[in-house]
Amino acid sequence: MKEIVVISGKGGTGKTSITASFAYFGGKDAIIADCDVDAADMHLLLQPQQLKSEEFYSGFLAEIDQNKCIKCGRCSEVCRFDSIPIIEGKYIVKPLDCEGCGYCSQICPKDAILMKEQNVGNWLISQIKFGTKMVHANLGIGADNSGKLVAKVKNEAKKLAEKEGKKIILVDGSPGVGCPVVSSLSGASYVVLVTEPSVSGIHDLKRVYELVKKFGIPAGCIINKADINLQKTEEIIKFLAEENIEFLGSISYNEDFTRALTAGKTIVEFDDKIKALLKECWKKLI
Amino acid sequence: MKIAIASGKGGTGKTTVATNLAAFLAVESPIVLADLDVEEPNSGLFISGKIFKQKDMFKMIPEWVKEDCILCGNCQKVCNFNAVIKLDKLIMVFPELCHSCYACSELCPTKSLPMQPRIMGKLTHFKAINLDFIESKLIIGEEQAVPLIKQTIDYVSDLFPSDILKLFDSPPGTSCPVIEATKNADLVLLVTEPTPFGLHDLKIAVETMKELNKKVGVIINRFGIGDANVEKYCAEKNIPVIAKIPNNRKIAELYSRGELVYLSFPEVKTELEKIREFILEHRQEVS
Repeated sequence: MKEIVVISGKGGTGKTSITASFAYFGGKDAIIADCDVDAADMHLLLQPQQLKSEEFYSGFLAEIDQNKCIKCGRCSEVCRFDSIPIIEGKYIVKPLDCEGCGYCSQICPKDAILMKEQNVGNWLISQIKFGTKMVHANLGIGADNSGKLVAKVKNEAKKLAEKEGKKIILVDGSPGVGCPVVSSLSGASYVVLVTEPSVSGIHDLKRVYELVKKFGIPAGCIINKADINLQKTEEIIKFLAEENIEFLGSISYNEDFTRALTAGKTIVEFDDKIKALLKECWKKLI
Repeated sequence: MKIAIASGKGGTGKTTVATNLAAFLAVESPIVLADLDVEEPNSGLFISGKIFKQKDMFKMIPEWVKEDCILCGNCQKVCNFNAVIKLDKLIMVFPELCHSCYACSELCPTKSLPMQPRIMGKLTHFKAINLDFIESKLIIGEEQAVPLIKQTIDYVSDLFPSDILKLFDSPPGTSCPVIEATKNADLVLLVTEPTPFGLHDLKIAVETMKELNKKVGVIINRFGIGDANVEKYCAEKNIPVIAKIPNNRKIAELYSRGELVYLSFPEVKTELEKIREFILEHRQEVS
């Protein structure tokens, strides 16, 4: 089984539009996973019909039983996150500041602090219009730790692919270089980096590739909006050669990306020229 | 006054707004700009200044000292993050997973897990005329952005008086790093684009800010492309649309070279003036 993860470091480079296009080419051979759970957008292009949905719990929040509390203040003292202030004579947990470490609960002499597992959202399996299924998620408002939900989405996609005998898992990864991306990357067999020729695009590409290198995963790169700054495009191509990253192709600045998106379509259903270009990229991946 | 510039979706122009607004406001009065997108900080690519201070940023993690350890396994039991694991004759610490809660260290009966500083990133403070720019960068491989964001905000709060205007370029998304970057802000400016992606992520960002009880204003970038649904949504929800930055390939070209846009585009400057007005109005409300 081949697991292809598409990431970009920087947002707005066209990562999701390109992943959704690959879902079109992959069709019934691939299971799709949207691991950008913080800002999951791929469903807007793939129009999923929900088959299954399950709640997801991860992390804890301290809750003080005021009837048991003797107001000794030990919890407040040991909390490194200043999340248990005393308000009007009562020790109260500030949910936004609580990290869920449980130290307070361990040390409470009256067992008055319960660590409650948090519902951080739900994950779903849906049928999409390209004859296959996708696994995706809704992260709850202000919820913590998308890293674990990302891992869940990926694992469920893997299980589904095994069950249905699919050869490919195609993953829309998260932005940045922190826990959600680390979760997106673990277990990947190939990484597609989507970038743009701007100072930020290059800066973020180099940082996220440093992370990919730590995982030792082979990578390829697509340069979107390549004609917006030809000098920067050259710079990226040079970087790719130095780092042994496969140059998969480049796409010119094209507002059809937005037009397709506004019509609820993938770019390959909308623009034949880009379709041909991305088809070539896809062939190199599989 | 603290203003966070945020967006659900990445790449909508958060950094463009933050840097152009900071430079524009600094023409008249002193401004602090802090880049809290510590995973991928980009503001520094658009702001030039002299390095005033640079320092390594640390988080505290336990380090196993085997001499007195009786391998009781209490450390593993109390750690909610799987950052401390007891093996047969060995305690292993996974620093990337550690949240620095001190539980394993302070509850160890033999004091075999003293807390030690571990470098997680670097903060750089630049100075330009009327502008202090602070940037923090997470070391690649460190998974948690929140501690670095927190310490960067503390650095800014300790150094500058509360009445000076502070702009915080926040991380994208809606989870923990964004909460950390926005929870103490007096005002949150949400940058979006008029597309279904922009709208979808804007809605989540608005809901998140509602949870935090934040006053928000929306800035629509690449205005003219896509559709009118973002404006419709804002009207329905009574959210002020403060400014509309026009869609223009030339703006994208200037951005790609790391240049400030408003200097060459009077229409962008007009929009920045509207943002300034909005901030000033709100500032009076705050004080």
